[in-house]
Amino acid sequence: MPEVTYLEAIRQGMWEEMERDENVFILGEDVGAYGGAFKVTDGFLERFGAQRVIDTPISEAAIVGAAAGAAHMGLRPIAEMQFIDFISCAYDMLTNYVATARYRAGLPTPMVVRGPSGGYVRGGPFHSQNPEAAFLHTPGLKIVCPATARDAKGLIKAAVRDEDPVLYFEHKYLYRRIKEDLPADEEILTPIGKARLAREGHDLTIVTWSAMVFKALEAAEQLASEDGLSVEVIDLRTLLPMDDQAIMASVRKTNRVLIAHEDTRTGGVAGEITARINNDAFEFLDAPVKRVAAHDVPLPYAPALEDFVLPQTDDLVAAARWLAAY
Amino acid sequence: MASPNSVSPPPAIPAGLSVEQLLDLYYYMRLTRSLEERLVALYRQAKVVGGLFRSLGQEADAVGSAYAIDQDKGDILSPLIRNLGSMLVCGATPVEVLRQYMAKAESPTHGRDLNIHYGTPQQGFIGQISHLGDMVPVMGGIALSFKMRGEDRVALVYVGDGAMSTGTFHEGINFAAVQRLPLVVIAENNGYAFSTPTAKQSAVKHLTDKAAAYGIPSVRADGNDVLAVYEVTRRAVDRARSGEGVTLIELETYRRKGHAEHDDQSYQSAEEMERWEADDPIDRYIRQLTTSGWSTPAALADIDRRIADELAAAVALVEPEAGPGAGTALSGVCLDPPEAEREWYDRG
Repeated sequence: MPEVTYLEAIRQGMWEEMERDENVFILGEDVGAYGGAFKVTDGFLERFGAQRVIDTPISEAAIVGAAAGAAHMGLRPIAEMQFIDFISCAYDMLTNYVATARYRAGLPTPMVVRGPSGGYVRGGPFHSQNPEAAFLHTPGLKIVCPATARDAKGLIKAAVRDEDPVLYFEHKYLYRRIKEDLPADEEILTPIGKARLAREGHDLTIVTWSAMVFKALEAAEQLASEDGLSVEVIDLRTLLPMDDQAIMASVRKTNRVLIAHEDTRTGGVAGEITARINNDAFEFLDAPVKRVAAHDVPLPYAPALEDFVLPQTDDLVAAARWLAAY
Repeated sequence: MASPNSVSPPPAIPAGLSVEQLLDLYYYMRLTRSLEERLVALYRQAKVVGGLFRSLGQEADAVGSAYAIDQDKGDILSPLIRNLGSMLVCGATPVEVLRQYMAKAESPTHGRDLNIHYGTPQQGFIGQISHLGDMVPVMGGIALSFKMRGEDRVALVYVGDGAMSTGTFHEGINFAAVQRLPLVVIAENNGYAFSTPTAKQSAVKHLTDKAAAYGIPSVRADGNDVLAVYEVTRRAVDRARSGEGVTLIELETYRRKGHAEHDDQSYQSAEEMERWEADDPIDRYIRQLTTSGWSTPAALADIDRRIADELAAAVALVEPEAGPGAGTALSGVCLDPPEAEREWYDRG
């Protein structure tokens, strides 16, 4: 069976959707002739033509705005942000226009905005961001953050088929590091809004997503062998709408929760998850909800600085031990 | 003494319009003004919820330009806040507009968005949002869909002298120009963006000067001359339909009322206001219609009466209608889940 990388899985998902539905098209910077900065759309121009693989000017607001207009007309655009850091240039268009369109005006806007997010790659302050918290606060958007190749494929396909705008944040650290067997003849669709049980356990729960899932699994392994702790890992996969049921089921089982994310701490998604746990499962908690997140600084470039600012497996292990001993 | 036989026939109607179409233009301009005057009365009775935006003095530019698109072919426009006239030409009704301004349950947005912010592709117009310039890339995307599907359709988007200072205007028109999309961009230069005069928005002599930066043609017209507006827009629409790409049109006009009804217009001089009032586009069009012999004062008075009756009926219908129930606020954010989560405090 073929070994499919996380990047190839995204590629396959888009390819299959474009083969399936002629309304699906791609627009973004350098996506056509060059095949995308990370080669995610390599070969698409040759197969689908310049009408459906559109190289745009450096204009994120125009990319997102044009995608919205096309989506109103029944097309299914996939807009690429060359790095997800640049999605901030389209923040107005996404939050004011796209996210509100269905609610305020009955305008369906089925579109995907995708791009490489995340750090651990020495990308510095403007090629390493995790913008999910900025959009979690916007009713009308959906946010997915796949961690596995299977979900990378299943979620891009589900995002293209969704009737509402979906932000698809793919982690560039995982692009070529993750490989899985994905049968070519299997139609993989990951439901939006459903978490995945990445590891079953009964002493404490780590709630996380994207590349941090692998650090959580590493920490769980280490805690099992060194401390005899049984750690459950929940991979949220979708942040908006959030799978409260999966989180609460695990909290009721383990009674101790650690939320881990790569984005900075203040105003991060962990705060929202904590509030939901307080609301829905407070009486099941044996310890305060703990979070591990990046320090509150722009992400620096030098390896020693980046490694210090971003959460590492050791940080998760230490936090889990604190929780277990509480 | 001239005999009836010696009266010269009416001059040829410009732009290939028929007498019926000329009267259509008059109807929509008058309807726009009369509907707004009704809204002012309702506003003063505190029956309009929120602000009220007038297009007094700009009816010709709104109506003449919208009349130039072809709805039978499926053309779509996106209006701005002074384009009530454009929407009426596209089939928006006084009942819809009154319901919007009075936040009624049966309004097109069911009380979710205000004033003339509404519309769908099926109606032939797409509602603006308040963030100026944002509709330029959106209408570019609609034009892109026409091009991708090989459809014979054109999109038209309005911006003001203020909106042209935004980044989204620049990104949108540039993208549309590069892609040679069937898009017409109309810049309504009405002298002010809220209190800021055009000279403080932009250092160009004319707004059309900006077209050179995008490699597209531009044309300027008297925005208070409804037939001139129709003609320049029609040419740009034809050009877009034939695959030649984007045109920027500047319509020179004047905003005779404030940004909204609350605005005291302290920044507009009396001399300036009087000069433009003397150039009122409806009065000017009436003179044109009657002196040319294309119509008569009696025929125009008939249209005025028809509009007055239509508006009286619309107000009588809408005024007693109920607003939306609070419980409707949570549905329809996304298709699925159907309703946003209700917090416990909602249950009391």
